[in-house]
Amino acid sequence: MNTLDARGYSCPEPVIMTRAALEKGTPLTVLVDSMTPVNNITRFAVNAGYKVTHKAVGEDFELTISK
Amino acid sequence: MKNKQTLLIVIAGLVVGCAAVVLTANGNPGNMGFCIACFLRDTAGALGLHRAEVVQYVRPEIIGLILGAFIMSVFSKEFAAKGGSSPMTRFVLGFFVMIGALMFLGCPLRMVLRIAGGDLNAVVGLVGFACGILCGVFFLKNGFTLKRTYTLNKLEGMWLQIIAAALLVVLVLVPSVLIFSEKGPGSMHAPLFLALACGLVVGMLAQKTRLCMVGGIRDAFLFKDFYLLYGFCAILVAALVGNLVMGKFNLGFAEQPVAFNDALWNFLGMALCGLASALLGGCPLRQLILAGTGNSDSAVTVIGMVVGAAFCHNWGLASSANGPTANGKIAVIVGFVVVICIALANMRKEKV
Repeated sequence: MNTLDARGYSCPEPVIMTRAALEKGTPLTVLVDSMTPVNNITRFAVNAGYKVTHKAVGEDFELTISK
Repeated sequence: MKNKQTLLIVIAGLVVGCAAVVLTANGNPGNMGFCIACFLRDTAGALGLHRAEVVQYVRPEIIGLILGAFIMSVFSKEFAAKGGSSPMTRFVLGFFVMIGALMFLGCPLRMVLRIAGGDLNAVVGLVGFACGILCGVFFLKNGFTLKRTYTLNKLEGMWLQIIAAALLVVLVLVPSVLIFSEKGPGSMHAPLFLALACGLVVGMLAQKTRLCMVGGIRDAFLFKDFYLLYGFCAILVAALVGNLVMGKFNLGFAEQPVAFNDALWNFLGMALCGLASALLGGCPLRQLILAGTGNSDSAVTVIGMVVGAAFCHNWGLASSANGPTANGKIAVIVGFVVVICIALANMRKEKV
């Protein structure tokens, strides 16, 4: 599984990091620490034709992005 | 979810535009329903951090924005004390955001409100602003980062809110310790509680929607994501309609309120503001909102803007309706050099 830890980075960095990580393939798991990057990454990935789900993991959030 | 988000930010933008028109109709200076740069500058003046007698007043809108964002973040359980992402670099970037904004005479939000009032100098500013953001996008795409934040003690994320609340208490109970302009833009203001209420409502909506003037143009360039741009456009439409209804729309370059018509320096001022804001990750409004939700790096950025505003007036860097000053032009050029050096010094070694 392709994974990315984008916790603590302010937008738009988590989205830029996600875009780069997606070039290495899906499914991709992204860890972030607030709802702002959850929404931003979801919007970006859905616009790019991916499916996205997210769940809370402790104080953080885990997004799963797949084709 | 996407449509609901978009609807909410359009509503937020419309409310901000209407609130701006209401504030102007009730005493704020022309096309200055909201201006984060001007209002931080006025507040700095009221505290005696600069001695420009025409721009001194504690703007309740600023207090409302910070506290509104704080209240909303607590209710939505999004309040989180975070910091440690290059705070001093952010302070310096905040300083130069203010140098650029006070060259142009307005933050990006006031730029939109000026356009809505028919001020074509602000269209020149918008072109500069977009060019500055485009330059910031270039650095972001090539690995610019101020590194990550870390979770901090809750109190660390609450200092700006505490300062804002204390300032409100002083403003209401002991205003005699503050300095208030008797003439000029600082003397023009809406009633305290109306301004505070507008700030609170806009602060709540901006926190909920992540409304950001820089983010709109940046995300459109970077990801073809127009979400934040809808908010930007909604503010413009609401304020434009409001100004037309109130008879405050005056199309042209000349005789615009608190503005000048030197295209080059309007362009360069907003280009510097756009570039530095893009590196910070958000416009001055967004920095206030983030600070309200516990981000101590944004709080440091706000303090950088306040200090920048004080320098602008103590050293004669800020423009006036008569145009830019020689000192201001030098400061903007120095700003570009410093901000570009910051961008180059903070590039990732490895590819993203």
